[in-house]
Amino acid sequence: MARAVMYNNIRRAKSFVASSALALPLMAMAAPGARAEGMPQLDFGNPYVIGQVIWGAGIFLVLYLLLSRSALPRVEKVLSLRRQTIETDLGIAHKAKTRADEAVDDLHAARRKALADAQANVDKVVEEARLAAARQTEEMNARLAAEISDAETRIAQARTQALASVREISTNTAETLINQLSGIAAPADYVTAKVGSAAAARGL
Amino acid sequence: MAAGSSIDALGQFELHPVLGALGESLRFSQSPMMMIVAALLVLAFLYVGMRPAAVVPGRLQAAAEMCYDFIYNMAVDTIGVEGKAFFPFVFTLFFFILAGNYLGLLPFSFAFTSHIAVTLALALMVFCLSIIVSLKVQGAKFFAHFMPAGAPKALAPLLIPIEILSFLSRPVSLSIRLFANMVAGHVMFDMFAAFTIMLAGLGFFGEIIAVGPVVINIALMALELLVGALQAYVFAILTCIYLREAVAH
Repeated sequence: MARAVMYNNIRRAKSFVASSALALPLMAMAAPGARAEGMPQLDFGNPYVIGQVIWGAGIFLVLYLLLSRSALPRVEKVLSLRRQTIETDLGIAHKAKTRADEAVDDLHAARRKALADAQANVDKVVEEARLAAARQTEEMNARLAAEISDAETRIAQARTQALASVREISTNTAETLINQLSGIAAPADYVTAKVGSAAAARGL
Repeated sequence: MAAGSSIDALGQFELHPVLGALGESLRFSQSPMMMIVAALLVLAFLYVGMRPAAVVPGRLQAAAEMCYDFIYNMAVDTIGVEGKAFFPFVFTLFFFILAGNYLGLLPFSFAFTSHIAVTLALALMVFCLSIIVSLKVQGAKFFAHFMPAGAPKALAPLLIPIEILSFLSRPVSLSIRLFANMVAGHVMFDMFAAFTIMLAGLGFFGEIIAVGPVVINIALMALELLVGALQAYVFAILTCIYLREAVAH
């Protein structure tokens, strides 16, 4: 946009100067005497005025050839070498970065794997401990159940033995009481029968 | 300079032979001598600047590379990819004119760009080159450009001569712009310098007032430095524009 405006301005200025420019040589030609005395640049009769054009053409040509064949290619060579160096260095830097990124990724992966392994180990140990604890609890429960069962058996036996002795003790106690209270000895069968019926009535 | 009470501001543009009789016979004046100095300066700038050929450039090398990039970008951006082929030509043109303009600002020097013969020769060279390139690239279609596309055919008798005149005025405008700018600057330098001398001859107060033109000349030097670069740029960019039109299909 700015360039277009600039071109337009240049074109406008160009056409303005062109109109005045066309007038200048005409004016100069119209007054040859004044020209010679006035502007030395318009004194085309002076051989040095045309001479400088011929010299200028040669000098410009030599300058152009030297610049285009030798000087400018040198600059281009240095610039392209720099561009190449920068690109190469950038490539190396990119590769190094890629390698570093890969190393970081590997490191992260290894860290994740180590974490996962450690977690798995922890879980395994915890599970084993849990199982061992459960097994111990079961064993203890079984042992306790067995002991309880034994104890119950022993209690039942003791109870049975105790119950078995109850009638005999009751019979003896009843005979002793009758004897001491009445002074007579009650028949053993009678007492045993009475104690038996009384025990049966109480569920013994 | 000041001859009596009159000022000869145009005497500075007169050409004199240098190198004695040899220069006289070869028509070798101070103008071609300054052209050679300008060319040598441009070449020395590039050769000396690029001698280190360092990947990390020093100041002079960086300056040479910046100049290269500046003209390269100007050529390629304006002309297009075909601009690469014309880059050395535009580079030569720009720095030849720039060195000529700036050399002319040195005391006891001479600005060869203040001669219409030189600037016209340069402009004609650009003009002829653009025509040759146009004919080579576009062939006969080149002549179709003299009739603006979309314009009514009835206006052709009016438009075609105007376009041809506009086209032919290119070298004239190109040459006179540079020539007139350089002449105007150097004439003003001479005028104000002459004022100083004339005022200094008027006694004590005159000597004090004479400082004024010196100060103006210092400001003018800054202006001429700008004009010198600007005119070289304008010449180069217009060359690029003409060449862009020439290579456009």
